[in-house]
Amino acid sequence: MTLATEQFILNIGPLHPSTHGVFRMRVTMDGETIQDVEPVFGYLHRGLEKLCESHTYKQNIPITDRLDYVSAINNNWPYVMAVEKLAEIQVPLRAEYLRVIMGELQRIASHLLAVGSLMNDMGVFYTAFMYMFREREKIIDLLEMVTGQRLLYNYMRFGGVSMDFPAEFIPALKRFLNIMPSYLDEYDSMMADNEILLSRTKGIGILTPEMAVNSSASGPLLRGSGVKWDLRKDAPYSVYDRFDFDIPTGNNGDCYDRYRVRMEEMRQSIRIINQAIEQLPSGKEKVMVPLRIRPPKGETYSQIEAPRGILGCYIVSDGSTKPYRCHFRAPAFINLTLLQELLIGQKLADAIIIFGSIDLSMGEVDR
Amino acid sequence: MNIADNQELSSHLRTHFGEGIIVHGEYVEITIGKFERVAKYLKESLGYEFLSMITAIDYIDYFELVYRIEAFQNKATVQLKLKCEKVKPVVPSLSHLWYGARLQEREVYDLFGIEFSNHPNLKRIVLWEGFQGYPLRKDFKVKSYDAGN
Repeated sequence: MTLATEQFILNIGPLHPSTHGVFRMRVTMDGETIQDVEPVFGYLHRGLEKLCESHTYKQNIPITDRLDYVSAINNNWPYVMAVEKLAEIQVPLRAEYLRVIMGELQRIASHLLAVGSLMNDMGVFYTAFMYMFREREKIIDLLEMVTGQRLLYNYMRFGGVSMDFPAEFIPALKRFLNIMPSYLDEYDSMMADNEILLSRTKGIGILTPEMAVNSSASGPLLRGSGVKWDLRKDAPYSVYDRFDFDIPTGNNGDCYDRYRVRMEEMRQSIRIINQAIEQLPSGKEKVMVPLRIRPPKGETYSQIEAPRGILGCYIVSDGSTKPYRCHFRAPAFINLTLLQELLIGQKLADAIIIFGSIDLSMGEVDR
Repeated sequence: MNIADNQELSSHLRTHFGEGIIVHGEYVEITIGKFERVAKYLKESLGYEFLSMITAIDYIDYFELVYRIEAFQNKATVQLKLKCEKVKPVVPSLSHLWYGARLQEREVYDLFGIEFSNHPNLKRIVLWEGFQGYPLRKDFKVKSYDAGN
């Protein structure tokens, strides 16, 4: 006897716990196999780029924090770099080091969230997540010590950073850096050969290097596929050319490799911070710039390696106190292009993990 | 092959495509008729494989599109510019060359109203179908903050 079968349309989201924000997938399925995916987003669209056009350059710094709210410090960076390039502001050397230390701490915090929630998506509800949050809390305490904030720090300024480190910060940071590698080992002992993790991520969601490059992917998604491209090494900005660190890459481009790349990047970030503390020069943390800065007419683009990939900022100035146009190259948004490519032909249960392994932040996708 | 700067690149492109390639500092402007062929040539013959960014700017007389394309091998970057008219703006889509152009072109369409010919799925992306107007155009006014400032 033959059974009559038909396609089935399933709606995931907009508030499904696996979607890491307000995101909806309209999935067409044949049995358990995905035949088509239509991502629907924009629920968090606040019109940030339009908003930037009606605020002065300085007023825009806290707006950039709201792009990717789990790595706020990294979001300030390309914006202030672009304005500094336009207005020809020199940044003191100490300020560059402060930026690197804070930016790398933020990268660890962001990757901890990514790895923790990946385990969540696999059905290991909140066990790994709580371990990750134990350490993320320590980082946030450190960032709070400097900035006074716990999520959106508004830390960078044109020509430097808002505040120098308080006296108790460096000892606290050193304590954290001493203990963090042992925590990473602890995660590895829990997860690296965990049966659930291996069987749910190995060989799942394979992304070929050719496809990764062709689809403009960046960050751990690109490096997980074996493409060694990290702006900190390949187009060094700030003082990254002064540090010795490695760029971890994967071999197979599956979810497991993306998870491994994130784990390794945390270790590399610790290496960078350790060297930065040693080299930390004395000096001022910022130079004085006018409150209402008027960069000369022109346009510029600057980019950094944010936790999710290449975060760029493109600014057009018409010589007034407000940017004429301000565009952000949001890595999460561009990585999302791959969703259809990765999901079609996969099982529904794997779709959640593949989606989690891309590590999206909806604030950045929708802007 | 190695290309040192925009001057060299543009003279190289001119030998292949004739006129219509102008250098403005860091940017290379290409006329709309030749744009698709130049992009294909850059990707397939010169190794510019990574389409990093697409965005648009609304100037008084025209729209300008900016494309940033990188070559991983030589660590080279080219920034292309494309001008299109204000009334019924249509530009060629690059999504058949780069998969990564798909969402970015949809975003430009959504916020600027610039159409990309031959795009496989040109729909609104962050705004909903039926939204009136294109927010990033300069003539789109937002009451809440245009009143105060």
